[in-house]
Amino acid sequence: MLTFLRKRATTSLLPLVAVLLGVFLLARMTGDPAALYLPENATEAQKETFRTANGLDLPVWQQLLDYLGGVVRLDFGTSLRTGEPAAEMALRAFPATLQLALTTMVLAVVISIVIGSYAAYRPNSLADRLASFMSMTAASVPDFWLAITGVWIFAVMLGVLPTSGVDASMLSWVLPIATLLFRPAGVLTQVVRGAMVSALSAPYVRLARSKGADSRRVVTDHALRNAAAPALTVAGDLAVGLVNGAVVVESIFGWPGIGKLMIDSILQRDFAVLQAAVLLTAVTIFVLNVVIDLCYALLDARVRDKALV
Amino acid sequence: MNADPRVALDVDGLDVDIHTPHAVLRAVDSVSFQAVRGRTVALLGESGCGKSMTATAIAGVLDPVAEVAGGSIRLSDGAGRVTDLVSASAKERRELAGKDLGIVFQDALTALNPVYPVGTQLAEPFRIHRGLSKRAARREAIELMRRVGIPEPETRVDAYPHQFSGGMRQRLLIAIAVALSPSVLLADEPTTALDVTVQAQIMSLLRDLREERDMAVVLITHDLALVFEQADRVVVMYAGNVVEEGPVDDVFGSPGHPYTRGLLDSVPVSAERGASLSSIGGAPPELSAIPSGCVYQDRCPLVRSLCREQRPTAREVSPGHRSACHFPDEVSSEEANRSVEVTR
Repeated sequence: MLTFLRKRATTSLLPLVAVLLGVFLLARMTGDPAALYLPENATEAQKETFRTANGLDLPVWQQLLDYLGGVVRLDFGTSLRTGEPAAEMALRAFPATLQLALTTMVLAVVISIVIGSYAAYRPNSLADRLASFMSMTAASVPDFWLAITGVWIFAVMLGVLPTSGVDASMLSWVLPIATLLFRPAGVLTQVVRGAMVSALSAPYVRLARSKGADSRRVVTDHALRNAAAPALTVAGDLAVGLVNGAVVVESIFGWPGIGKLMIDSILQRDFAVLQAAVLLTAVTIFVLNVVIDLCYALLDARVRDKALV
Repeated sequence: MNADPRVALDVDGLDVDIHTPHAVLRAVDSVSFQAVRGRTVALLGESGCGKSMTATAIAGVLDPVAEVAGGSIRLSDGAGRVTDLVSASAKERRELAGKDLGIVFQDALTALNPVYPVGTQLAEPFRIHRGLSKRAARREAIELMRRVGIPEPETRVDAYPHQFSGGMRQRLLIAIAVALSPSVLLADEPTTALDVTVQAQIMSLLRDLREERDMAVVLITHDLALVFEQADRVVVMYAGNVVEEGPVDDVFGSPGHPYTRGLLDSVPVSAERGASLSSIGGAPPELSAIPSGCVYQDRCPLVRSLCREQRPTAREVSPGHRSACHFPDEVSSEEANRSVEVTR
């Protein structure tokens, strides 16, 4: 277990550094912060003072070394905009995104297991075809279109839901979650259905039936547990996609999460905050992948045996 | 039909249809046989003859494309109550499955659920039918593992299927099938996937369990030697039909159907080195092209016009020995001729 974690951590270190490097360099290609933060009529000397104060006058490679040195000491720099530590800003925005992604994922898993299993239990029935059609549609609709249409219908025309922001009521959650939910729920339903169809026709299901197991036992105990592995793979990918997809949805709905923070930081050339946000997201995705691998081992003894050798 | 209380399973006129996108094919055509407690009846035939389909139809685990189209399957439970599995409700069937009717599947390597310890799977019949607690069912599972000859059952009970050898997995499947001492045990090619030495052990285990639990065993196989060693009666199937049925000694000693005769001649027992092995020419008909008249006509050395016009019904050739051939006497006489040739 510990060996496994250590191994995963070391193999993930290189991609993390690569992400860091990429973001660092790309951010610096967006332009000069001095042009944005100082008044339009600022003199060259004023700009120079600003750059020197924020370390932007140094060659890029030196800025990078300084930054990496800071990261090692868990110092992620300060925001140009607010002067706050960048890490604090990222961590403050993070829970909002996490709540959104987690709620969406839980809903997607529940919906897909129920609909996917039901459809798989009666392959090619009317219910199955309806489920396939709906899940295919849900998986194909672009989220920005969903978001805008949702706002137009429910917020503008009917006026029952807020257009954006977070308020005390749960109503503000409805549109962002609905927007995020369509794709994962659709994709996952198809995966669960496929995995369940093959699990339900497997020899071990026949054996279970021959013991006198009822449908509930056959579906939930025997088939679902076996269908979980392929579903888990896709669910993991979708969860990663949710953390990333938050950028679009949070911008549209003014949701104060990490996605919105990233967009704002890019627009304002707030490099330190952008890097902190991206790093936090990357670490989250790494943790997510480790959790998924642990789930595999938990679900299937064959994976455990292989991991031990 | 038969009042004999020892008859545990009475299959009468069983039809099974397969639904394909283009047609409905009859895979099992009015198959009848009985299984008696303490005895073994063998369903013998080539692959595709419908013997496994018959077994899965009896066990109620047919593939979704197949369906019982007629006949009856009367199962007598431990208390002597008889239920027709064809007309029974799904709930009634579930209550009998595993309790009064056990089945050992062919594919021992994949039949066990890979994600559960074997103990959980062995305990399931006790949990379902006797409502035992997890702990009590686990004790039963350990006892069962000991009974079927799995070493160190106390520790192996928590192991997973992939941690067992093929022979051990087949023992586990047998253990599950006999867990509640059913009146009928269906064994669908139980040793096909196993080594010859393991095969002998498994067959002797099945035999012991049959005696110990007074079960009627239905052995589905293509192996003539296995039938000869294990079975009391044999039902020979061809293209979904029963062509001959009777006590093993009678059927093998003086076959009443040319197909049985062909099978027996194909066994290379009396062949000498250098002599060519005998085989039945041609191949069984496709299910979509089963001829009217006798099902065996295209491969039969005795075929004549009557065989092409009329399907023979099973007739008794000697007490308890029936053959679905128009000319059963000629099979025997030809047999006699051949024996002379061999000895000369």
